[in-house]
Amino acid sequence: MTAESKRAVPFKWVALGIAVVALLLAGVVSYYASANPDGLEYVAEETGFLDRASEHGAADGPLADYSTKGVDDARLSGGLAGVIGTAVVLLVAGGLVLLVRRRPTASSDE
Amino acid sequence: MHVPDGFLDAPTSIATGAVAVAAVGVALRGARRELDDKTAPLAGLVAAFVFATQMINFPVGAGTSGHLMGGALAAVLVGPWSAVLCVSVVLIVQSLLFADGGITALGTNILLIAVTTVVVGWFVTKVLLKVLPKRVGMVAPAAAIGAFVSVPAAALVFTGLYAVGGTADISLSTLATAMLGWHTIIGLGEAAITFLAVGAILSVRPDLVYAARGVIADRELVIKAKESVA
Repeated sequence: MTAESKRAVPFKWVALGIAVVALLLAGVVSYYASANPDGLEYVAEETGFLDRASEHGAADGPLADYSTKGVDDARLSGGLAGVIGTAVVLLVAGGLVLLVRRRPTASSDE
Repeated sequence: MHVPDGFLDAPTSIATGAVAVAAVGVALRGARRELDDKTAPLAGLVAAFVFATQMINFPVGAGTSGHLMGGALAAVLVGPWSAVLCVSVVLIVQSLLFADGGITALGTNILLIAVTTVVVGWFVTKVLLKVLPKRVGMVAPAAAIGAFVSVPAAALVFTGLYAVGGTADISLSTLATAMLGWHTIIGLGEAAITFLAVGAILSVRPDLVYAARGVIADRELVIKAKESVA
């Protein structure tokens, strides 16, 4: 366990691994995800308040409901939406982290 | 468990919105201490991973599905304050870009999915790591149990919010039983995914896992003490 630190896997490989897994999940595996209502939706229907849900303000957006507008193939449409979403989240969260850290100089790696 | 617009009335949604803004504000301050050279590069990736994994609904029982919420997972990997920020970003992007989770319900969803699961998941994991033997191998099981508990906890908070500001006149005990029942099963999926993800990173770079720091630091002290004796 302790000898591992001598030859640790470089961070870039860990980062690449997480990114590849995330893109595969969002871009490919998501097509095979269960289409059943999730726990809350199911309970809402069972208990009788699902009809209280109102139309979403962004329901006409180009990526609404995880499908890309204008792309007819369901597999491609959903996969593309997933990949775009993953990239947007990575950029927004990564950018937010940079802002929070507020380093005085941009290039202070060492 | 993304809450759509219309489930909760306006005053409740405004209240959860205010709580969410306050929580994110506190998290912004707290995250500054957590985000060092190891957690900062990881945080964006963890958020992206949570987003991607939330797309994978897994079937649970008859006609229902569940998906990862990810608060416990993110907290264990990058620390609880940063986790609140990561999952909040996921929820905001989902609502605005994908029409998943209502816009007026954004505060509610941040409170449920970004705050409740992080607080409960992190607390349970930390308590377990205090009680369990100080070994790196204990971190993933502790995280899994934290993740498991966090899901019914969020279901319970939703039920509480519905009791205050639900828009339909339904039996609250029926709601509580159904929410807790289904989300206890969904919690098993949350636990499995959290166990695998935390375990995978621990196996290659245990130093990158925020919750493992106490364990690793203790071990290094033991090793150093042994070296100085020898």
